[in-house]
Amino acid sequence: MSTRTPPRSAPPGAPGVAPPLRVVGRGLPRVDGRALVTGSPVYTADMDVPDMLHGKILHSPLAHARIVAIDTGAARALPGVRAVLTHLDVPAILHATAGQPFPELSPYDTRLLDPHLRYVGDWVALVAAESEAIAEAALALIKVTYQELPAVFDPVEAMRDGAPKLHEPDVAHPLFERSPGPTYDARHNIAGHEEIWRGADFATTMAAADHIVTGTYHTPRIAHCALEPHVAIAHADGYDRLNVWSSTQVPYHTRRQLARVLQWPVSRIRVIKLRVGGGFGGKQEMVLEPAVAVLAMATGRPVRILYSRQEEFAASRVRHPMTIHMRSGVASDGTLLALEMRVISDTGAYGGHGLTVAQGAGHKTLCLYRARAYHFVADAVYTNSPVSGAMRGYGAPQGYFALESHMDEIAARLGLDPLDFRRRNHVRRGDYDPINLDSSSGAPRSQRHFRSCALPECLTRGAEAIGWDLPFDRGQGVVRRGRGLATAMQGSGVAGSELGGASIKMNEDGSFNVMTGATDIGQGSDTVLAQIAAETLGVGLDKIIMHSSDTDIDVFDYGSYASSTTFVTGTGVRLAAEAVRDQILAVAARMTGCPAADLHLEDGRVHAAGGPLGLTLAEVALETLYGSRRQQIMASGHASCHDSPPPFHAQFVEIAVDCETGQIRVERSVNAIDMGRAINPRLASGQVEGAIAMGLGFALSEELLMDERGQVRNPAFVDYKVLSCLDMPAMTTILVDDPEPTGPFGAKSCGEVPINTPAPAVANALFDALGIRVRSLPITAEKVLAALRARDSAPTGPVAHPGGPFAPQDGARHQSVPGGPGPGS
Amino acid sequence: MPEPTPVTIECTVNGRLHRWQSPPGATLLEALREAHVRGPKLVCGTGDCCACGVMLNGRSVNSCCTLAAQAAGATVLTVEGLAEDGQLHPLQAAFLETGAAQCGFCTPGLLIRAYALLQAQPDPDEAAVRVALGGNICRCTGYVKPVEAVLEAARRMRAAAADATRQGSVEPGLPASDSALR
Repeated sequence: MSTRTPPRSAPPGAPGVAPPLRVVGRGLPRVDGRALVTGSPVYTADMDVPDMLHGKILHSPLAHARIVAIDTGAARALPGVRAVLTHLDVPAILHATAGQPFPELSPYDTRLLDPHLRYVGDWVALVAAESEAIAEAALALIKVTYQELPAVFDPVEAMRDGAPKLHEPDVAHPLFERSPGPTYDARHNIAGHEEIWRGADFATTMAAADHIVTGTYHTPRIAHCALEPHVAIAHADGYDRLNVWSSTQVPYHTRRQLARVLQWPVSRIRVIKLRVGGGFGGKQEMVLEPAVAVLAMATGRPVRILYSRQEEFAASRVRHPMTIHMRSGVASDGTLLALEMRVISDTGAYGGHGLTVAQGAGHKTLCLYRARAYHFVADAVYTNSPVSGAMRGYGAPQGYFALESHMDEIAARLGLDPLDFRRRNHVRRGDYDPINLDSSSGAPRSQRHFRSCALPECLTRGAEAIGWDLPFDRGQGVVRRGRGLATAMQGSGVAGSELGGASIKMNEDGSFNVMTGATDIGQGSDTVLAQIAAETLGVGLDKIIMHSSDTDIDVFDYGSYASSTTFVTGTGVRLAAEAVRDQILAVAARMTGCPAADLHLEDGRVHAAGGPLGLTLAEVALETLYGSRRQQIMASGHASCHDSPPPFHAQFVEIAVDCETGQIRVERSVNAIDMGRAINPRLASGQVEGAIAMGLGFALSEELLMDERGQVRNPAFVDYKVLSCLDMPAMTTILVDDPEPTGPFGAKSCGEVPINTPAPAVANALFDALGIRVRSLPITAEKVLAALRARDSAPTGPVAHPGGPFAPQDGARHQSVPGGPGPGS
Repeated sequence: MPEPTPVTIECTVNGRLHRWQSPPGATLLEALREAHVRGPKLVCGTGDCCACGVMLNGRSVNSCCTLAAQAAGATVLTVEGLAEDGQLHPLQAAFLETGAAQCGFCTPGLLIRAYALLQAQPDPDEAAVRVALGGNICRCTGYVKPVEAVLEAARRMRAAAADATRQGSVEPGLPASDSALR
């Protein structure tokens, strides 16, 4: 190959200035977008596996019971039934299903099938049959004799001496052998407990405060409502290995946990994720995989289980309901002195994510404010209720509803503007996280240094956009308006507990395979990671072929949770791409005679300082694959996360309240987010808008209701109100660009932080509109009317606050937000 | 369990003649998915989310609440039938470009409802789009970008129709796959 002549023109730009970004920072379409808009069969339930059987699960009809006898004879005899499995047929291995790194910070309190049933929906038996209809019919033929046990649904009751006990005192945990540590207390149904003090002496600091403000807040049990239900297919192949296709956020954690349940080596299991139709934390969990695995082994055939919508609501995972007590000491000039949060979290029948989500309510929230002293207490409590698990925000939405409502209550007490009060007290760039300490190397020190923080800009630009300082139409008569704001921070991965990355190999045509264990669950991580690779390799997005995720092929990754993928895996992808780039440049240097240090990649070509050399990446690839110096250009990169840099978010809402119906309508929402730099602003704003919508549902309409026997009353979209496009406010989303020095191309994260603010922002706007404070979500019309009545019947003195955890419960089946028109109209 | 005797159903799906042997109680969604038409999604099965939406004889319906037998002799259009010769329908192109599809599971239903709207009303305002999509549940987008995409697609289709009219085309703006519906 001929030597290329270096171009003559001078290099553009000053030395040391980073070249302009060509792919990163652009709102490019998703790499999988064409498949999605054409209805291509790319999801797990769209797969055809030859000879596949259909599995179904018999769920417990009782909230707390023991199986005394179980007769599967009639079910087995039904033509077309291939297997019926009970607790007598499957390994009784205690394990955790929470999709966490090993060893999970969750008690090993779960068996695949257990004669001790702990909620309505718990698993009694598994069936595989030639069709779903036959499997369904077989369920009805299984005769079970139950011994009903007393049940407990209130976590406060559950912690009392003598309450019904859900779990054994000596469940296993790898860290503590036969007990998951000193904070697990089966006698009081406590799955995990934490109490921490930070900063100055708490009692002394509180005693010095001019004002002490308290409040108790309650958040409901809600469902993820990913449109794609949980689904898994297992198939034991001809090499005696189990292949599991699953709609999961955590393929690698699932592989490890499934190996434990089956008592198989990890090497015999392969977990594959196809496109996932939404996760939101509900799939940060091993759910159906063990069931399809044992059915596949029992039948020797591939088996699929696809959860119904009813099962999704009643027998998958939910957000932890919490009761949160706040108590703060404040100086009369508005300086926060002491901040206390006490959390009682209902972890339901099993303790996966129990302690860590309860911790999240405080650990992810209190660090937003500079106080002198902090006190945080959390209990994760078992009840005979649907199993709580991870959900977008991971405890923070519950914590922020309490904290950000409470901050407004403090501001109101002091007569301060809520925005000014926050500006006075929130953390700044350069601060250290006061709550999350790392004691792994001797003396405890802060786990996180806030190297970037554009919260002040978020507040300023958000306030400008909504006109915070300007008068607005507050309404008169029946409809009144108010404005509220709330702020939040989150993380970018779990500090000290992440691993993600990719391997990249080059093809003849100058394209690249990027193989990553990171799981795109709809948020667009495949696209964002492809942009990072493309930018680093100097090619367009069309030259990047993404593969995710298959545990046999792709680089190990903790999975998609904790807002980790862009920051953690993105860093790994960038490192892999840089290594590949360096290999390319080394070959190009030999081909052109230019020193590699003088070369870079741009527009699919090798460039010297002055411009393109006329050597394309395809030519480099051909030289390496078929030329004189043969090699596969390929490299991998991985990243961990020692310091989870927080994204910040400020939301301002304007609401209208109908004082006759109690109906709240959110009319405007301004969302100002600091996610560092957005790799793809379109996908990023989509994350914000979706999180705001989900958070508004949490604020206004969503609640999984249970009857007195523990049965979910509203396991369907007709009775469980997910907001429609008719319920949405006019949204303005502002991406405040503030690159994070440790992030790939300056990125932090954006998937979770915005979900924290809608509930407190709406509650604060309601107070602004009418002077009523509802401290219990969802803020239904019934609660608004009750609060209005209490306000109007209060003789004189301070405004009554009749919300809170003991306010009258919403008894209506239908929630308070207007639905859309009928389907198919 | 005695298997019910299947019934034979003939219909046209995305321009192709189908002949199904379906159990009498099978829904249109089940029959379509059995026939490898897997764009329409099973999400709720109760007609509350519109992810299974298809056009049946020119009307948008929830295929999870429609019997397969109701499609006998009918013309069905699903999301797979919107693109022609590999050319995305303007709605699909706008969904792709605006980022209106995130996880994509509700997208087939949104596209069909939007398609039905633009058939009836080529120049909808935002409120009309929101009413049309009011029965569709999307858990990812907050509906901002889907609404934007429908408005953008409507603009492009009107512009294309205006161009076609100027060039003397007889049937401006409507894709040929729909000719059976008119």
